Amino acid sequence: MSSTKFILGLFEDPDEMMDGITALQQNSVPIYDVYTPMPIHGIEAKLGIKDSRLGYAAFMFGCLGGTVIFSIIYFAMVHDWPMNIGGKPAFAVPDFIPITFEWTVLYTALGTTATFFFATHLFPGRTPRVMDYRATNDRFVIAIDVKKNNTPHEDITNLLKEAGAVEVKHNDRKYVSYE
Amino acid sequence: MSSHNESIIREPLITGNNITYAQITEDILRPVEKLPGKAWWIGFTVASMGATLWLFAVSYTFWYGIGSWGLNKTVGWAWDITGFVWWVGIGHAGTLISAILLLFRQKWRNSINRSAEAMTIFAVICAASYIVAHMGRPWMAVYSLPLPNQYGSLWVNFNSPLIWDVFAISTYFTVSLVFWYTGLLPDIATIRDRATGLRRKIYSVMSFGWTGSVKTWQRFETVSLILAGISTPLVLSVHSIVSMDFATSLEPGWHTTIFPPYFVAGAIFSGFAMVQTLLLIARKVLGLENYITMFHIEAMNKIIILTGSIVMVAYCTEFFIAYYSQVEYEQYAFINRYFGPYWWASWSMFCCNCVIPQVLWFKNVRRSIAATWFLSIIINIGMWFERFVIIVTSLHRDFLPSSWAMFYPTWIDVSVFIGSIGVFFTLFLLFLRVLPAIAIAEVKLLLKGSSEQEKKKILQSGHIDASQGEFYKDALKKFDAIDIAEYEKV
Repeated sequence: MSSTKFILGLFEDPDEMMDGITALQQNSVPIYDVYTPMPIHGIEAKLGIKDSRLGYAAFMFGCLGGTVIFSIIYFAMVHDWPMNIGGKPAFAVPDFIPITFEWTVLYTALGTTATFFFATHLFPGRTPRVMDYRATNDRFVIAIDVKKNNTPHEDITNLLKEAGAVEVKHNDRKYVSYE
Repeated sequence: MSSHNESIIREPLITGNNITYAQITEDILRPVEKLPGKAWWIGFTVASMGATLWLFAVSYTFWYGIGSWGLNKTVGWAWDITGFVWWVGIGHAGTLISAILLLFRQKWRNSINRSAEAMTIFAVICAASYIVAHMGRPWMAVYSLPLPNQYGSLWVNFNSPLIWDVFAISTYFTVSLVFWYTGLLPDIATIRDRATGLRRKIYSVMSFGWTGSVKTWQRFETVSLILAGISTPLVLSVHSIVSMDFATSLEPGWHTTIFPPYFVAGAIFSGFAMVQTLLLIARKVLGLENYITMFHIEAMNKIIILTGSIVMVAYCTEFFIAYYSQVEYEQYAFINRYFGPYWWASWSMFCCNCVIPQVLWFKNVRRSIAATWFLSIIINIGMWFERFVIIVTSLHRDFLPSSWAMFYPTWIDVSVFIGSIGVFFTLFLLFLRVLPAIAIAEVKLLLKGSSEQEKKKILQSGHIDASQGEFYKDALKKFDAIDIAEYEKV
């Protein structure tokens, strides 16, 4: 048995890479992941990736931010130390709107981004799990985990080449970025 | 999908032949990966001298107190708040480009958003430094936050626009920074994967382990859209709140309901002028003419003429409403503004912001780099005068004639202002050295479809309406980086 763990199909054109994905799927070769230097639209539908639910998180964080600051303002201005400002009501809702809005936005931004980092395992200092160094530059890389399927390696190579892959790599290691 | 052919009548967003994905990376990362040239060093030396001046002037202010500025009991705000509003305004163009133009799917934003956002962040830093500096005792800044304290707790007054401003500016800075840095991750990963040794380690930490897998990209785009969606009302709110610092007071000349939209338009106007000032030089020095094209310059000029005209309408409205209101104090404030002792400031403002930029209606001016750069400087000056006029001419003569006074800046006032420009340029020049000035991944999206070479292929294939082809070729004439002779035979 060969020591190859991953086969990488390197494309220089996103459309040819899409053809590659189609060809692999038609031949029932499961795709591990695809690495691209830029977002390619339509690829998530092909790979069956569900719509992101970050929008829900954003909404929740927004509600939280608005509630938190409105409560702080209510506590400070109405409950804890109401002031007589020209005889006007202490609970001056219109005056509270700008800051409530600002914190709604602030919590949405920080919360959504934090959720995004958490869900995609991004944080400062995380060791990059890079399969090919050119995937962030000019190569569109389809990765196939060959330990998980029985298609002969030559067939996979041929499918990728026919679709227009400029290079097909048989890697013994999953990530090249680990020392 | 990205590869669908775009209509031929749209101008290309990337010019040049034989541009590949690798070429884009190479071109944009050149300033980051190579040692800086003489132009950068000269710029950096001058800018850091300015930053040193700022450090000195601000330290002097903190040591001797606000008395070292030219303020008096009548004019309690002058160059400080003028500088603050000027810098916040400049920041607005970055968010407009990165957020509002994203929502409107203006693809040309892709090559200018990164540096414009960086400009936003540095401008807001300069603005915030003014806020802290004008407190005189910077350690007192903590009392602008609603924190428990030994006085009761005595809370901040949440009814006050000055407190709204604290929240608005801090939120604006944080959200801009988050938006900017999230967008930078893929590009930092690009630098990381091309670097070696210590550089790779540093960029590796900064890249958060970005790989560019399908799910990451999908979520990345969702996050960008959400951040753009919330930044759009945010940016409008920030300068509205800044304007309310003035508009909610009873001061004649400030007490105006049109201030929020008028300030927002002015902010975008001055911000785009600063983008032009920076990018016209950066594209030349960094050799990015193929990515920041004449189309971009002209498009920004069109936004400048639009927002500049809104500002002009606002000036006229203010003047008319002062007359129409029949309020003596308002009327005097505006007569005094244009014909009083500060007439020169008001007329500089009016000429620089309203009269001179009208030449941008001529397309030859919009397409001239020299003229655009000159106008951008004029607008920057004009918008500084706008804030000076609003603040100082309104304050120096209000209800009580016995308190009327003039304002004279001290050399510390001047040094803080010139110094803040130095701080801004120091930060911007450092940014150009360590991070890509153009969003690499986003520009790559334009290569198939919106680039000159793809459009040329479509022209050569001949499957288009001949009149549309002619229209396109005619539109190419304005691009300074395109040799139109190549199109003779196509």
